[in-house]
Amino acid sequence: MRQKLQYWTGILLFSLILWLGLINRAEANSELSQAHQRHILERLSFGVTSEQMQQVKAEGIEAYIQSQLTPELVEEPPILNNYLAKLSLIHQKPTELQKKVNANRKKVRNSGLSIEQKQKIRQEIREMNTKARDEAINAHLARAIYSSRQLKEVMVDFWFNHFNIYADKGDIRLWLSDYEQKIRPHALGNFRDLLAVTARHPAMIIYLDNKKNTAPDSPVGIRGKLGLNENYARELMELHTMGVDGGYTQDDVIALARIFTGWGVDYEGKRGDKKGFFFYKNRHDRHDKTFLGHKIAANGIKEGEQALDILASHPATAHHISYKLAEYFVSDRPPSSLVDRLAQKFLDSDGNIKVVLDTLIHSAEFNDPQYYQQKFTTPYQYIVSLVRMAEIEQPNFKRIRGMLQQLSMPVYRCPLPTGYKNTQSAWLNPQAMLQRTGFATAIARGTLNPGYSIPYKQLQRNSGELSERTKQVIAKTPPKLRSALMMGSPEAMYR
Amino acid sequence: MSSGRVSYLNYLNMKRRKFLTAAGLATAGILVPVGMNSWVARGVKSATNRKRLVVIFLRGAVDGLNIVVPHQEAEYYEARPTIAVPYPHKKDGAIDLDGFYGLHPKLADLVPLWDSKNLAFVQAVGSPVVERSHFQAQDYLESGTPGIKNTKNGWMNRLLAELPQDMPTQALNVGVTTPYILKGEMAIASIKPGKNSAAPIPTDRPLVHQAFSNLYSGTDTLSKAYQNGRKAREIVLTDLTQEMMSASRGAKSANAFVDDAAEVAKLMVGNAKTQLAFMQVGGWDTHINQNPVFDRLLPSLAEGLVTLTQGLEPILADTVIVVMSEFGRTVRENGNKGTDHGYGNAMWLLGGAIRGGNVYGQWQGLSQSKLNENRDLPVTTDFREVLSLILQQHLSLDDESLSRVFPGYELASNLDFLA
Repeated sequence: MRQKLQYWTGILLFSLILWLGLINRAEANSELSQAHQRHILERLSFGVTSEQMQQVKAEGIEAYIQSQLTPELVEEPPILNNYLAKLSLIHQKPTELQKKVNANRKKVRNSGLSIEQKQKIRQEIREMNTKARDEAINAHLARAIYSSRQLKEVMVDFWFNHFNIYADKGDIRLWLSDYEQKIRPHALGNFRDLLAVTARHPAMIIYLDNKKNTAPDSPVGIRGKLGLNENYARELMELHTMGVDGGYTQDDVIALARIFTGWGVDYEGKRGDKKGFFFYKNRHDRHDKTFLGHKIAANGIKEGEQALDILASHPATAHHISYKLAEYFVSDRPPSSLVDRLAQKFLDSDGNIKVVLDTLIHSAEFNDPQYYQQKFTTPYQYIVSLVRMAEIEQPNFKRIRGMLQQLSMPVYRCPLPTGYKNTQSAWLNPQAMLQRTGFATAIARGTLNPGYSIPYKQLQRNSGELSERTKQVIAKTPPKLRSALMMGSPEAMYR
Repeated sequence: MSSGRVSYLNYLNMKRRKFLTAAGLATAGILVPVGMNSWVARGVKSATNRKRLVVIFLRGAVDGLNIVVPHQEAEYYEARPTIAVPYPHKKDGAIDLDGFYGLHPKLADLVPLWDSKNLAFVQAVGSPVVERSHFQAQDYLESGTPGIKNTKNGWMNRLLAELPQDMPTQALNVGVTTPYILKGEMAIASIKPGKNSAAPIPTDRPLVHQAFSNLYSGTDTLSKAYQNGRKAREIVLTDLTQEMMSASRGAKSANAFVDDAAEVAKLMVGNAKTQLAFMQVGGWDTHINQNPVFDRLLPSLAEGLVTLTQGLEPILADTVIVVMSEFGRTVRENGNKGTDHGYGNAMWLLGGAIRGGNVYGQWQGLSQSKLNENRDLPVTTDFREVLSLILQQHLSLDDESLSRVFPGYELASNLDFLA
């Protein structure tokens, strides 16, 4: 009898343990998968909206990932298309804008006009410049906020920043939108194509001074006593491709500068492909060069293409780009196992960005829970994610631009060719915390859209699981401040 | 934004009283709180004795050869046919300093400081590692460990940790982001550049402040940053009340640096805990048409430095101001009336604690054989030499402390620029 009791107790206990274990595991599984899905959404987009969550619920997370990797099959929402359609200058050719500005400048130089007339024309030039810049920035913001092709827009932002240019140098404002539009088709495409479009784009040629880069013994060099300008060549290797430790020398910088002599701007689109790029043969260095150990025979513009081929397929480039991707999507200190694997994929696929990203997203490292909610948002990611989280339909873009300016991350206005960093150490500091909590409060009060009160329930749904402390503090806070706290919480600042 | 000005001020007063109590408790005996402007008026010696260091970083590599012009070197004029600063007394010529060097004419505002021995230069300073990337070279200058790429903190942050902890010392940063030089374990106060730092922000309001203080009351990184932000904010609000700043801001300067310099001076004079400050000015990467850029930038730089020294007047005798840049530029001008990335550069020293009116540093001339890689001014003084001397003699760091700020650096002690 006693034995029987023990037997039954044993079985009961065993079943109980088994049952509890199963329940726990089931619970843990569903929790993990919620947090896991959220992690993927946060990293592959500019902030989680209810629409994205519904899509994942309906189709599953893998289908979502695949659709994001194939953006051409994703339809854009009417609100975005309508917004972009209302803008005017971004739909005009930059060469046309440049013609208008140049014509106005010519008028100002004409002494026949009165001072008032000249002032009026100068005012027109300024307005056109500002409008071209602000429209380009607004379009960039609108796409980040509204686009259903979130991963693509994340990558457009990533590549623009990687091949950074500065809006306020020369006439770059007029070319901003065009520059981004040239990058956009290749954001998930081929790295070599990104090199091709940026090397030839007037915005880059103006920004890194290549329009001045002239062989001293070329006809133009001799006539104008002009010489080499190393700026583009250096940054092309240091920042765009091989990285500062990529293994090139000062001699390689000079050789590359000589290779790119003559790659210049044709502002009004009168020559060549009529899109603003022109190869000025009479500035080009006509000697053979040695670049990274390769003999490059004098061959005009083709030398540049050859150099870009060498750079695009260089292992240092694969490593540099892979590191930056892993840093952006996984961790401020990305595991080297992952970086190495991505670099190999980059080389094997001839720089196919979609393939590299697919590998990254499905890697054990990216999916490791230790990395969830560990990337501190940049000011840009933070503000855009608040707008998405609160689902503010018609935000005031001018105010958003002002906030980003104050947070030291104005769109298109990073003066350094490095672009903006995306690490916590770059952006987390006492002053930033005061500003972020301040902007969260202001946005919660409707500064971006007077009259629209942000539904707290929706914020709650979109913000995912909160920590105990955040929950407790919010519960103890008067209702009118709860949205502010939610938007200024640690959970909202990390992705 | 409905809460009125009165309640806001009441709140601040309340906060201030609380802060006083806290400060009193924490520092037992030294009952003078942060942010009181009356150190000097009260004749508190211990406070005025505290040594200060201000570091100003000219980012982009300023062309030191056109700042401290070697006008007696024929090679200088040969190398720069279109951009050299003309001989003294010629049109737009250099302002002669010592018969050999001259100052760029657009820095004329600094001449009284030179005459009163509050300005000196060290020529041909730089990093022992030749590095032509702006970003890498800036990193080395800020980490204080040239050649080592993974140093996790900046030398000014390490310095802060070595300063006497009898009272909590503070470093002040002008900027929204923390530069590498100030990164590290020690908390840094910061003010926004180019703005009236005392203008109200949402978290000044009592209810909002309370809510976020609860949210960020922990010991995690975000909480600590928030708490330090609020502490710095209290200092700014007490020292830079809008009334106080309105006088100097009546005619708002075209240049943010000048306004920032005024605020830094106010905060350092008012708050004896602020021993270190860091500021930066960009725009010096003059690959093209260098002269117009200098003509535009130098006057406001000079105005800012004069504003800073004037504002620091009560404590200027205990202050060293260092102006530095990541590297110099090529001796020869390039094909675009500009200069490319070079090596050795001039370091500027200002303040009452230096023996001004001198240009220090070993000068080897500009003949081709003396140049680094046939193109740059060589480096004859390691930048850590200048900084170490300031740390050792001015800030009284012992050898052990010094080796923690600049690990592995041995002082050569061949300079003597401190008073």
